Amino acid sequence: MELIDQHTKKIMEGCKDRARDMGLRFQDETLEYIVTNRDLLELSPKVMIPTLYDYWVHDVEVLKEKGKYELYPGNPYETVINTRPAISFYNDNNPDWLNVMIFYHVIGHIDFFQNNLFFRHTWDYDFTGQALSDKRLIARLRAEKGRWVDYVIEFSRGIDNLVGYYDELSAFHLPPATSESKRLDFYFDVFLQSEKKLNTTEYVKEIERYNECLREYGDMGEKTFFGEVEIKYPEFDAVFKKSLEKKSEHRRDLLQYLMEHSDFLNKEENKWMKSVMQVVRKTSLFFQPQIRTKIMNEGWASYWHETLFMNDDRIRGHEVDFARINAGVTSMPRVGLNPYALGMRLFYYLEELGDKGKYSFEFRKVLDEHQREQFDAEAGKGKELIFKVRENFSDFLFINTLADQDFVTKNNLFVVGQRLNEQKMVWEYYVRSRKAEDYRRMLLDALYHPPYIEVNTKKNLGKTLYLVHNFEEKPLVKEFVANTMMGIEYLWGWPVQLETSEVMSISPPKGPQEEYKEPEVKWQRVVYIMENKKLTRKII
Amino acid sequence: MNPKRQQIYEALKAQGLSPEQEDKILAELHDSGDHDIPETPAENEVRLPLQVQNIYDYHDLSVLQSVPRPRISYDLCMRSIDDLLEQDKQREKDGFPRKIRVGRLIKPGKGGKDKVVVVPSTVEEKFIHDSIRPPEEGEGTGGSGEGEEGEVIGEEPVRPEGGAGAGPGQGEGGPHEMESSAYDLGKILTEKFELPNLKDKGKKRSLTRYTYDMTDKHRGFGQILDKKATMRRILETNITLGNVPDVSDIDPTKFLISPADKIYRILSREKDYESQAMVFFLRDYSGSMSGKPTELVVSQHVLIYSWLLYQYEKQVESRFILHDTDAKEVPDFYTYYNSKVAGGTKVASAFKLVNEIVNKENLIQDYNIYVFHGTDGDDWDTEGTEAVPEIKKMLTYTSRVGITIAEHGTGSGGSEVEKYLKKSGLLTEKPDLIRLDVMGKDADEPRLIEGIKKLIS
Repeated sequence: MELIDQHTKKIMEGCKDRARDMGLRFQDETLEYIVTNRDLLELSPKVMIPTLYDYWVHDVEVLKEKGKYELYPGNPYETVINTRPAISFYNDNNPDWLNVMIFYHVIGHIDFFQNNLFFRHTWDYDFTGQALSDKRLIARLRAEKGRWVDYVIEFSRGIDNLVGYYDELSAFHLPPATSESKRLDFYFDVFLQSEKKLNTTEYVKEIERYNECLREYGDMGEKTFFGEVEIKYPEFDAVFKKSLEKKSEHRRDLLQYLMEHSDFLNKEENKWMKSVMQVVRKTSLFFQPQIRTKIMNEGWASYWHETLFMNDDRIRGHEVDFARINAGVTSMPRVGLNPYALGMRLFYYLEELGDKGKYSFEFRKVLDEHQREQFDAEAGKGKELIFKVRENFSDFLFINTLADQDFVTKNNLFVVGQRLNEQKMVWEYYVRSRKAEDYRRMLLDALYHPPYIEVNTKKNLGKTLYLVHNFEEKPLVKEFVANTMMGIEYLWGWPVQLETSEVMSISPPKGPQEEYKEPEVKWQRVVYIMENKKLTRKII
Repeated sequence: MNPKRQQIYEALKAQGLSPEQEDKILAELHDSGDHDIPETPAENEVRLPLQVQNIYDYHDLSVLQSVPRPRISYDLCMRSIDDLLEQDKQREKDGFPRKIRVGRLIKPGKGGKDKVVVVPSTVEEKFIHDSIRPPEEGEGTGGSGEGEEGEVIGEEPVRPEGGAGAGPGQGEGGPHEMESSAYDLGKILTEKFELPNLKDKGKKRSLTRYTYDMTDKHRGFGQILDKKATMRRILETNITLGNVPDVSDIDPTKFLISPADKIYRILSREKDYESQAMVFFLRDYSGSMSGKPTELVVSQHVLIYSWLLYQYEKQVESRFILHDTDAKEVPDFYTYYNSKVAGGTKVASAFKLVNEIVNKENLIQDYNIYVFHGTDGDDWDTEGTEAVPEIKKMLTYTSRVGITIAEHGTGSGGSEVEKYLKKSGLLTEKPDLIRLDVMGKDADEPRLIEGIKKLIS
């Protein structure tokens, strides 16, 4: 890998200036490297992070047909990675005008990495530096412990998609503590509502009484107030104290739980395993936001490379070349989903909503189709709105909020169905639905979504670890259950149980052939038990 | 239309056929294909992609900079494969299941320059969601453009059309290369199978791999000095030189010793073993075998063949037979592997040919005979009236008959071959001699290896 030459770097710096003028915000420093095919061979298994730890699976062709992106949320062929400074990779022989377009695209990504709040936990450190020290740690451990390091990596990676990404994020966004005492908060927010289940009048009365105490006794108001509470609910103090103890226990993802509570891992001779698990967990957390913002991120970058390129005076004469490449990138496929095209159209659509003042309650009240079309409050808030959305949304919010009927109709979108025509023995692709609701659901179903599995401490019997897969109308891939659970058993040191739901039967939808209906699915709850590397299954 | 096929069809029709059976037969009857080995794969064949691209399949490097996905060079893989397998063995010793899968056939290259190669591969297992969908309805995806709701906007054949896909190997470079890559494949198949029911037959006692021993003698150099032989040689030389005046009183200290007189024992390969087993590969190449079933059957036979080549160091003789309504023997695995599918189906014809060959060449006396047959289970001889007696005859002398059925999955209650085999009771009567493996058309490599275990265990 070598850096791009001075001439090209100058072009890049020019792009940065123009992007800043349009309102994009990002750090000054960036690194651009030329990569050869050979470099890519080494980089792509390491998710483009040059300093990622070594692991034998990286040297083997990995079969990913099943659950490709669910297993590998990191993007193996990304051009730009979210490091400090941001690093981007280029082909050796790109012409200058193409580099201008790619630079704008890259700047779009960098701006997104550094401003979107779903990346908040990656802002305070440089991942390549972190990865390098992790890589050294693992290399050192491997020299001492040999192949057992790789087993621990393997078993930890087996559950690295269950990391508590949102819990990690929420720590950055805790609401500021209120000036009121915890005791008071607990009394009104929890005790009266969930424990005593007061009705509204009684609740309001109690607030009134509190306010009165404040008025009458000033600083001593709260104390006086609780004096009466103690008489009315003598158990309150005990309940409050108990709640304080409980609060100190944060939610823990499976990896964290194992590290804290596993007898096996906490033996003196096994403690090194926890550092390996930490590395795997940190790495997984780093990649989480990327896959959850794929449509937005690519849409945002495409929006800006298009906008900025067309305004760049340096590339006059290459408009046609650009148009050809750009169309390839951002055209909507007849069948299939292109995140560049979809995301970019959503941003244009959002900008239009903002400019016309359609992203408002007033507009929502308009029901008449003609009036909706003509609506224009000349708000001119388009740019402001898209910047706000790029800061606060993820793919789920983005689609759920914006892919409405107007958008779907405007862009002529539909859900494509595939069905078997038995007479002709062909798969037919057909227009299943043009309803926004269906389109949205199809998109949301296609988004990355790891299963929601947590430790249920109440059901831990003896030494057994009890995992619960919360039901979301999706079964787990069965053939992966055994080995994943075997890994957990190894790390836990005792038997492991997993409660999940499985499909009992699927009956094809009833009704006329022409009309598409969801099939009816019957579910059953089962428990997998992994004990001494043997898996058994029980229906409950 | 083939008059002979027509004849068979009419004879069958006279005996009565269910409409379903008749459809199948007619489809094959009117098929005008031939069994040529494809020269090059059809290049003008255009098919819609079965897997529509997902949003996560798009990457900046490929989309913006048209950088192709880097391909791991397979030579590189071959070099590290021994280490990987070693590591995998260690895994088993450590009490964890093996993780490396090998024997995957992939065909890189374009414009017909395909080659059969082998790579080690693995899967990282995690808890992930599975999709549920009824078999007759595919997953939904996005689309854009014109079209009413319900309107069909594109079609894709379920089974690949025409002769394509029929010659699954399409190995360039001809038969020789085919052999050598199959040998490599056998080498890395982790599963070490053994031919079952091996009996002592013919001149030599056992069929084993080469052994190395210090049996050969060599003058001048070697591993161990054979003192007695050397002494004898020195004495001979000295007698010739006239250096031994009195044979009854020899003084060894006076001997002249030439370096060439030293006789050593040298490590040598024992190769005086004879072929003891003969394996017949039988493949149904009728019209109905088009697509996946053929692919599966030949893949499985490639695996068995590769394993035999390696494990028994080419000491096992293989014969190849293809059949539709008639059976014929082909000279090599290349032809066997690559011949296109066409024509009707009579399973019995192949078994009959095996019986004939065995009889004519008197193979029973000197060989353990194994027969592997691959089919999709369709047979014009729906009751097995011809096939079952031939199988029975075969079972009198074979060590094992392994029948693989790669089902289309269209019929219910199993295919015809499966039905009449079960009905004949041979499977339960002689489980040691005949085995049946039925797999769906979506079987993968591990399933194939599983099948081999079933067939020869």
